Amino acid sequence: MSSHYEAPIREPLVLGEKSYQDISADVAAPVLGKANKSWWIVFTIALIAFLWGLGCIIYTVSTGIGVWGLNKTVGWAWDITNFVWWVGIGHAGTLISAVLLLFRQKWRMAVNRSAEAMTIFAVVQAGLFPIIHMGRPWLAYWVLPIPNQFGSLWVNFNSPLLWDVFAISTYLSISLVFWWTGLLPDFAMIRDKTKSPFQKKIYGILSFGWSGRVKDWQRFEEVSLVLAGLATPLVLSVHTIVSFDFATSVVPGWHSTIYPPYFVAGAIFSGFAMVQTLLIIMRKVSNLENYITIVHIEYMNKVILLTGGIVTVAYATEYFVMWYSGVPYEDYTYLSYGAATGPYWWAFWALIICNFVVPMTLWVKKLRRNIIWTFIVALVINIGMWFERFNIIVVNITKDRLTSSWTMFQPTFVDIGTFVGTIGFFFVLFLLYARTFPVIAQAEVKTILKSSGEKFKNLRAKHGND
Amino acid sequence: MYTLPSKLKLFSIVLMVLGLAGIIFGFMTTPKTIDDVKKILAEQEAHHGENHAVDHKEDTANFIDIARGEEGYSGAAMEHATDLSAEGHGASSHEEHVLHQLQTRPWSATFVAAFFFMMIALGVLVFYAIQFASQAGWSPVLYRVMEGITSYLLPGSIIVFVLVIFAGEHFYPWQNADLVAEDKILQGKSGYLNFPFFVIRAAIYLLGWNIYRYYSRKNSLAQAEANNFDHYRKNFKASVFFLIFFLLTEATMAWDWFMSMTPHWYSTLFAWYVFATMFVSSITVIALVTIHLKSKGLLSFVSDRHLHDLAKYMFAFSIFWTYLWFSQFMLIWYSNIPEEVTYFIIRIQEYQGLFFGMLILNFVFPMLVLMNSDFKKVPWFVVIAAVFILVGHYIDVFLLVMPSTVGHNWGFGIPEIAALLFFAGLFILVVGNGLGKVSLRPKNDPFIKESENYHF
Repeated sequence: MSSHYEAPIREPLVLGEKSYQDISADVAAPVLGKANKSWWIVFTIALIAFLWGLGCIIYTVSTGIGVWGLNKTVGWAWDITNFVWWVGIGHAGTLISAVLLLFRQKWRMAVNRSAEAMTIFAVVQAGLFPIIHMGRPWLAYWVLPIPNQFGSLWVNFNSPLLWDVFAISTYLSISLVFWWTGLLPDFAMIRDKTKSPFQKKIYGILSFGWSGRVKDWQRFEEVSLVLAGLATPLVLSVHTIVSFDFATSVVPGWHSTIYPPYFVAGAIFSGFAMVQTLLIIMRKVSNLENYITIVHIEYMNKVILLTGGIVTVAYATEYFVMWYSGVPYEDYTYLSYGAATGPYWWAFWALIICNFVVPMTLWVKKLRRNIIWTFIVALVINIGMWFERFNIIVVNITKDRLTSSWTMFQPTFVDIGTFVGTIGFFFVLFLLYARTFPVIAQAEVKTILKSSGEKFKNLRAKHGND
Repeated sequence: MYTLPSKLKLFSIVLMVLGLAGIIFGFMTTPKTIDDVKKILAEQEAHHGENHAVDHKEDTANFIDIARGEEGYSGAAMEHATDLSAEGHGASSHEEHVLHQLQTRPWSATFVAAFFFMMIALGVLVFYAIQFASQAGWSPVLYRVMEGITSYLLPGSIIVFVLVIFAGEHFYPWQNADLVAEDKILQGKSGYLNFPFFVIRAAIYLLGWNIYRYYSRKNSLAQAEANNFDHYRKNFKASVFFLIFFLLTEATMAWDWFMSMTPHWYSTLFAWYVFATMFVSSITVIALVTIHLKSKGLLSFVSDRHLHDLAKYMFAFSIFWTYLWFSQFMLIWYSNIPEEVTYFIIRIQEYQGLFFGMLILNFVFPMLVLMNSDFKKVPWFVVIAAVFILVGHYIDVFLLVMPSTVGHNWGFGIPEIAALLFFAGLFILVVGNGLGKVSLRPKNDPFIKESENYHF
């Protein structure tokens, strides 16, 4: 793809005296080895949370949406907050794999596989909510334009909720295909490395008979590039469509034209925070510190700073235009003086502190390269971005135009249980993934070893650059 | 070393002279009194006769409804937006209104062209800063080209500054004290929309942008002489701070200079939409200047791969512009809130051809021309796409300004063409001189070798 020359000023992306053989061995180790005790403990906790959430979902569907804390004014609360939160988290995966591929960022290669896995698992969680928040989820198939016996009764294509159906399902399918194509050479590597006949059989099926011929690689690269080109507008449009759920309305605070790019920036912001959270743990427990280095963490922190900055400017814009519009109703929106001092003041300030104040510390290079601090900031951002969606959705509608319908929102244990359940489900999937999939795209890392590996950079420094 | 060819120099001077004459002519021939307007209207009626109704859509234009301040929001706004006849408004007020718009036309024509070229220089400066901040490995060979284009920023931004300061009520109805006194909405905004603060903000933008341009150029040239990377590091830091400064000031700039032309209207996306226009036009100009210099044999170290990358950016940001255009338009169209739709009602009713035509120029053509990977390496293909994009984005700036200031009394005649000629001539002259001062090959940049060896 690109030439082998790299400016000496760039920091190495693969540390240690690694050879191609070492990369394969390091990546395959978690798959070929056995799970340890702590994996089982964490997996059990996640599984229990998932089962509890499943119970809450079954209870909701069989009893009715009334078991949630929704009321006549606040028809959307935790359900759609969680939906947008999970979709947002799912965006960093595609950003890392597609957008960073288009920008030829070599550092993406160590993190893209896990980021894409995170995308898939997060979108699966997100996909639950549009179904379970329906009053009659068994009629959910009516959202699809299928010819039927009601005189071909069709859907109305004017609703952003319908666009959501297409956006999310397309997003999931494309991400899945993109992820799986990238996995082929890596599954083939495991297939060729494993001694167990069972594993050989399984990975033989999963790798679709990949044999790594020149022609295959040529097409592989072309397909990756085309998919990246398609996934980039897709990732922007998916969260844009999610933002249309609110922005097309006439609710003060929801109706705002900045939502499309602002939601996308927020999605990347929260998605990268989640990638940090997961990878900081993964590099430790799977011994991948030579591949997911401090440089990778710093670069991701820089993306967090950039998108956090964009989100902050959007906050400022919302706050300013709320005042500038001169519309009195706008004073109760989530970014207004009224919100900062009203009954949901704590949610307003949680948003400002978690998404603006705390991430600002990453401007300091020492903190940006500090793994513990990065982990804390990433967690704080995940919380803050949940609050952003909560504020947008709930705070805006608790005080709408008619004072007679003003109200507050109180979640029930079922609201909370369902959310906890999706977190459990996410980690069940992610933990299973970490034990069975090659978590680093070894085939891609091998392509940058000679240009960006520490060993080869040192050799070049010693013997000249050409 | 580049020297502006004497023919091109002469050409640009001719453009400037012709343009200046046309601009002066535009200002001299505006009607001075209401009697002049009556004559013009009578002539128009004699000419058009049947098109009478079309010629009197003045109430959609320069949308300042005094009544709305007293009556509340929706009702009055809708009435004024859809009431296309002059009835009920008294003949004298109608003609005064037309007089005002006709007098504004040369101002607007000059401003559109002045801003169009200034924003190109500013956008290139942003692109340049991004290359530093992202430690790009492909683009350092183009640093001198970008610096050459940004040399237009100083004269260009001073002219724009002067125009927005002196245009007064021609552009900014909120500067009319009588109007504000009758309008509660404008009174509410006077904390932001007041003249002294407006001037201070404009001065801050002017200073901030030009200081970065001066400082980064100085460091970039000093780096060529240095044997360590200190100047590069300074530039890296400066560009990060500039980008933060720009992100903030670009938003307020768009509110100040464009959004406040229709001070009742607001849109949160507006500032970023203006940015998209600016950015895609600037990248296009970088590509054009690169192609020009390469055809002179001055950029032997720039390959068709670099051109390919620039063309990719043109392609991508054309789509990005369309994304923001669509987001803003669709959301306002969809919810159809009276005080917001007025902005698009006038643009669709009075400027329909331009409004939708620009989508073809800015989106459909670049998309079709630049989709193919091989085409992006062919200079004349890129030039074709560049012409589409630049014409399209000139129309975009035209549509930001004209409907808000001159309303339905717009035209594309001597004032508009003259302003374009004048600023095009000035741009060529300044950029040509800016490119000429030093060697076009940047030296000692940490990524220059990566950039020269760059293949894709």
